[in-house]
Parts: sequence; C-alpha cells; structure tokens
Amino acid sequence: MARDYDIAVIGGGLVGAAIAWGLAREKQRVVILDEGDIAKRASRGNFALVWVQSKGLGLPDYVGWTIRSSDQWPQLAAELKDQTGLDVCFERPGGFSLALSERELAARAVTIERIRLQPGVVKFPVDILDHAAIEKLQPGIGPTVVGGSFCPLDGHVNSLRLFRAFHRAVMQLGVDYRPSHTVHGITHRSGGFRIATTAGEVRAGKVVLAAGNANAKLAPMVGLHAPMRGNHRGQIVVTRRMPRFLRHPVVTVRQTDEGTVMIGDSYEEASDDTRMTLAISTVMADRARRMFPILDDATVVRTWSCLRVMPQDGFPIYDQSESCPGAFVACCHSGVTLAANHAYDLAPMIARGALDAAQLAPFSARRFNVQKAA
Amino acid sequence: MFKRLPDIAGATVAITIDGTPFSARQGDSVAAALLLAGRAACGMTAVTGRKRAPYCLMGVCFECLVTIDGEAARQACLVPVRDGMRIETQGAATSITEPAA
Repeated sequence: MARDYDIAVIGGGLVGAAIAWGLAREKQRVVILDEGDIAKRASRGNFALVWVQSKGLGLPDYVGWTIRSSDQWPQLAAELKDQTGLDVCFERPGGFSLALSERELAARAVTIERIRLQPGVVKFPVDILDHAAIEKLQPGIGPTVVGGSFCPLDGHVNSLRLFRAFHRAVMQLGVDYRPSHTVHGITHRSGGFRIATTAGEVRAGKVVLAAGNANAKLAPMVGLHAPMRGNHRGQIVVTRRMPRFLRHPVVTVRQTDEGTVMIGDSYEEASDDTRMTLAISTVMADRARRMFPILDDATVVRTWSCLRVMPQDGFPIYDQSESCPGAFVACCHSGVTLAANHAYDLAPMIARGALDAAQLAPFSARRFNVQKAA
Repeated sequence: MFKRLPDIAGATVAITIDGTPFSARQGDSVAAALLLAGRAACGMTAVTGRKRAPYCLMGVCFECLVTIDGEAARQACLVPVRDGMRIETQGAATSITEPAA
C-alpha cells in the first residue's frame, strides 16, 4: 500500500503533539490529524501542574512513571526553548496539598501512606507538615490551614505556552499538521492504515490514537480498547494578575508566571463543558481564600469548565494492537505531567514498532479485562 | 496622539485623573478619556512592572485596569465616565501588598 506518511498521530493536543515531536526527532515522517478549534480540548483548559504526590494509588507503576517524567521535564523545557525560543516557564519548587481541617489532614496522610504501602512501589518524597512548617516555606497561609503534604518533585508550567511550543516545534521538524481532519474511520490493510477524515483519506504505515476521550470510539477500529469516562468535568477560576506571592504551587491554587492566580481541581459528573456551576466555583473560591487571605482582595477575571481526559480507572492507557500491528493508543489524564515521557520514551518505542513491556505493560488496557476467577 | 472626531457632540463630564481635572464627554469610556488625556500608560504588569495601556477596548485583555472612585482594578474600557469620577492610574499593581516574609 502506498503511504503518505510513516506515522499518523490522531489528536493534536498535548499528548498527540508530544508524541509527534518525539517521532519527528526519530526522523519519522509524521502527520497530525486534528479536529478544529471547537474541539473539546483539555490542553486549553487544564491546570498546568507537573504533579507527583498523590498519584498511583491502585497502580504502583504509575508512581515511578510519573516521577520519571517529572525528572525529565527540565530537559524537555530546555529543549523546547532552544528549538522554538518559547519559554514554557517550567518550575519545580515543590508543591503542597493544603488541609483546612484536622479531618482533611488525616485523610491526606492516609492516602500518602496507602500509596507507599503498595507492593513494588518506588520510594517518593512526601512530607506531612503542620501549619508552622508550611508557613516557613510558604508565607501568607490563612489561620484555618491546619497542615498539608509537601512533595519537592511537584512543579508547574505555562501550559498554553507548552501547547504552542509543541506545535511550533513539530512544524519546525517538518511534521504535517492538519486541523479540521476529524477521523471517522480507520482500516488496516497490507501493512498500513487508511484513515478516513472529514477532509479526505490519509495513508500511513502506523497510527497513534492520541485523541483523548475520543480514543474510546477510535480504539475498536484497530483492535484496541480504551474505556474513557467522558464526563469528568473540572472548573477553573482565574483572578487578575497579582504580584507574585505564591512560591509553590498548591494542588488547588497556583500563580502563573504572568501573575494570575488559578483556582481549580473541582470534580463533578457532567459532559457539557460550556457551563459553570456557581455552587462549585463558590466553594473553590472560598477554600482558596481561606488558604491565602490575600485573595480576599482579588478580582476574578474569568472562569471556565473543561472535561478531563480520564480513563475508566484514572490511570494511563498505552497499548499496541495485536490484530492491527502498527496501531498504538495513548491516553491519560496527565498530559502535562507526562509530556516528557511521551516525547522521550513512548515516541521512540512507537518509531521502533513495539512498546517496551518492562516499562509499559502495566498500562495495557488488558487490565480492564481480567478473567473471572474459576 | 488621539483626537476626538469633529462630529461627536455631547455634554461635558468633569472627572479627575490622578487628581488632575479633565473634561470628558457623556458617553466616553474611562479608557477613551485616558487616551484623550494623553494618559495611555495607565497601569503596569503585576510581575515585571512593564507599562500597560488600554488595548482591546472591549473587556477582554485586562490591560486597562485602574482605580475608579476608590475601587481597584476596574476595567477602564467598560466603565462610562460620570460627573465627579476620580480615576487613579497604576492601581492594579500596587493595591496588593506582599505578605510578610
């Protein structure tokens, strides 16, 4: 079969763009097939944390995979800046989860301990701190902050600039970016793939599904399985720009390089990303104000809601198709945190034609089809 | 730099910009008055302190934040002038104080 490209990446968000960049660095001829500007795009609505603490309860390998990406992030930020001139403002000053009651603090400590007690989990540094210890690291916390957890590996970026940097970088490396190419069919034939899009057919030797929640629909076309939630909505509240007062990102509050304060990490079951729920954003704003009383005086300039890309069990899915060799799927909630792994680890495996079982077998979708015990 | 179109009429509205009286017109936004008064550099960025001026003039860019009658961080482009209005520039960056270290 004649091929237009070595590899077609379906989805031009942070996951697809990171993989495409990694593939282009491996000298592959790559096309990104993307939806238009009105796509449900988690890459434009996310909270931009590069986050380690509190991940991996239920899948211990996810802890190591996350720490690996956090460790590779400085290199990713430096390379993107060298190549594109864009500073994605990556910082890893360590981050907090703050508790506003003794009960929250106790629950937090239990979660960290449960992650640590899993068999085979790597060691990771998280400390439970009291009010005074936190105040030393992060002045300005309110009196109702009873304590929290601190992980020195946690950080954050400017994720909109990351999105732009990846897109500029892939184009500089000759990747063909095609927006408004919504994929509605994929057929595997004689060692290649024919991809039917709303703007015509594209042929490629391999195909990578990186379409977020839409992977659920695409995966069965190439013998893969990607069960996604599709209704995991979060909301974000943004203040006007303020002089820098947050030295560290908090899982629910962070200050961007430009000074705005983002308040986030809500969760509700809803699939409409065009609405806000006042009851929820009010609680978010109130908790942020109690954590940092300086926010009493802050003006809110915008709010939005966005659907998280969320596999059924919350953990990443990386898989290769047995019935359609050359088809891969990659989807995860943490497209920002894991961007470095996607570029430096996953993409070279896809270029070589096989996922490395030692590293990625725990993330196969086979985990969703455990045979019933006899 | 900015001039009023000759065919625009309207009642005069007396305001002050950083204490200096200025004669605006009914229907002007505060941003328009600032531009006409030659006070385009009305604010500065919170982080780097670079000067900012009204830019989008339609409520989107938040570059025109000023203090109006004592209330900080109002969008000058969205507020019409009123008789006796007091406008203070550079309010956006200075109204928040650093927490004690």
